[in-house]
Amino acid sequence: MSGNIRFVQGNEACVEGALYAGCNFFAGYPITPSTEIAEQLSSRLPKIGGKFIQMEDEIASMCAILGASLTGCKVMTATSGPGFSLKQEALGYAIMAEIPCVVVNVQRGGPSTGIPTHVHQGDVNQARWGTHGDHAIVVLTASNHQDVFNMTVEAFNIAETYRTPVVLLFDEVVGHMRERLVLPEPGAIPVVERLRTSVKQGVNYHPYLAREDGRLPMSDFGGVHRYNVTGLYHDMWGFPSDEPVIVNELLHHLMDKIENRANQLAHFKEFYTKDANCLLISYGSSARSAREVVEKYRRRGERFGLLELLTLWPFPANLVREKAAGAGTVLVVEMNMGQLCQPVRLAVDRPERVFLSNRVDGVFISPSDIEKTLRLIQGKGV
Amino acid sequence: MAVKDYIRERFFPHIWCAGCGHGTTLNSLIRAVDKLKIPKNDIVMVSGIGCSARIAGYLDFHTLHTLHGRALAFATGVKLSRPELHVIVPMGDGDALAIGGNHFIHAARRNINITAIVMNNRIYGMTGGQYSPLSGYGILASTAPYTSVDQSFDVVQLATAAGATFVARSTAFHAQQVSEILQEAILHKGFSVVEVMSPCPTYFGRRNKQGDAVDMLKVLQKTTTPIGSQAKEENPELVERGVFVRKELPEYCEAYDTVIARAKEKR
Repeated sequence: MSGNIRFVQGNEACVEGALYAGCNFFAGYPITPSTEIAEQLSSRLPKIGGKFIQMEDEIASMCAILGASLTGCKVMTATSGPGFSLKQEALGYAIMAEIPCVVVNVQRGGPSTGIPTHVHQGDVNQARWGTHGDHAIVVLTASNHQDVFNMTVEAFNIAETYRTPVVLLFDEVVGHMRERLVLPEPGAIPVVERLRTSVKQGVNYHPYLAREDGRLPMSDFGGVHRYNVTGLYHDMWGFPSDEPVIVNELLHHLMDKIENRANQLAHFKEFYTKDANCLLISYGSSARSAREVVEKYRRRGERFGLLELLTLWPFPANLVREKAAGAGTVLVVEMNMGQLCQPVRLAVDRPERVFLSNRVDGVFISPSDIEKTLRLIQGKGV
Repeated sequence: MAVKDYIRERFFPHIWCAGCGHGTTLNSLIRAVDKLKIPKNDIVMVSGIGCSARIAGYLDFHTLHTLHGRALAFATGVKLSRPELHVIVPMGDGDALAIGGNHFIHAARRNINITAIVMNNRIYGMTGGQYSPLSGYGILASTAPYTSVDQSFDVVQLATAAGATFVARSTAFHAQQVSEILQEAILHKGFSVVEVMSPCPTYFGRRNKQGDAVDMLKVLQKTTTPIGSQAKEENPELVERGVFVRKELPEYCEAYDTVIARAKEKR
């Protein structure tokens, strides 16, 4: 067991999770604070016969992993804010063409070049809405390295199950901080393998025809089934179509396969939420400070609780409504101008009782920052 | 096999205008593949956006119709993950060299075994005739109503400088030569670039008074000559056709196999 304990950066925990999940193709481009992921995979992947390539830009990295995914690889790329902006068009392509892939965004401060080596959580809405057109997407996050590992494995599992891109939205603190990681034994965490078609050669295979359970079996490029993949609206063979019925059905399929599973996809952790009259909601590294505050107030006998979200999108509205139902005060803790505060307000019964505790100056939000906000809410002054 | 065994017949007639050179290039490509007897399951065709990109949908290979300019980036992922497959990337001049210019030079630099076909009609056809980086100085286009003041690239020189190990040029008029060059390009181990000068009578020809489809083909016949011909010496204005570069350098996927071997030794 002791051999499985590592002292690592969050970015390394992500690498370990990806390899555990079976990632065998990575394309990337250097950008702070995600570069360690590319560096380590350039060393680890060839050892297992996998492929690493440093592409000419962020766009190319995103496109290359999609090409590799279609040949049957489990694929990932990693970036940060500016690079995530550049990847948006191809991310939309992956949604439209239903190509499994994992995209890591280790967030730094923005907009633009922003503040590269400091922490922010400003890409929460970009991860949801960054690419053009109506769409749905899965966005996962984590506050500690064990969860970075677990959520990375989960990201691959969701990507393969639903033929969709999954965004891992980490932040600079989680990415660069070092802490303990226990590597699970193989098999300890379930790993989803790609569902491949059982349709035999010579029989018509439909790459975009869902089975009864909603899953769409794939056929690797280079295999016995030749079909078309396009970013245009397409029929069940993958050929372009502008038939209104086909366009309508495909868009609804792309939305529904994710949004209708919001409850099932909602990963979270909760601490003292049952009787909490003040509920903190947080995610990523901010949740570490939120947890500290909750523990401190609990020791004083005050009924504080924490809901830590590991799935940000599809937004777990039912979960948030349920957990906040008994709380007189809800405090969203995040390092942006209130990006997750908005959907929380929409989800709860009393939006006027939802407050924001944030920090946007590139400095990590501390427990005392959160306590200051609490004193303001409680009318105790700063 | 017959030509029709390579196409997806239900999508015909194709979308290209009468007199467009892209259909001729499609024909030359099919004849090249047929001559080489490559099984259809072993070919992945990756295209971008534009008139040229539609070629992929008409062919019965594994086909990937991607984003504007990004075909070579997707193709790099396909090829590196499955080096045994033949990857052919048809592109237009805007697709390959404006929005996709970065991917073009870097794919050439890596010498990854992909066959890039640049169907150069010197115009953005699908969007209605805007000038492209291959239009050149003095050309009329819908976005150059007073003539273009942009200089153009020479595809052959650019591909050569970027490191492509097979570089050739021909025209839609010389369909037989295109087919022969494509055979060699597909067999070549490394990044190969084949420029096919292709007439666009609808937008380029009409606006620049080059006449109808037949007239434009005659222009391609008259303004080009085989590499090193007597005609070129007499008239340096002529554009040369043929294979300009044919050299050996380590191919990217094979080179990466040596990376895998070194990584495994160091385990």
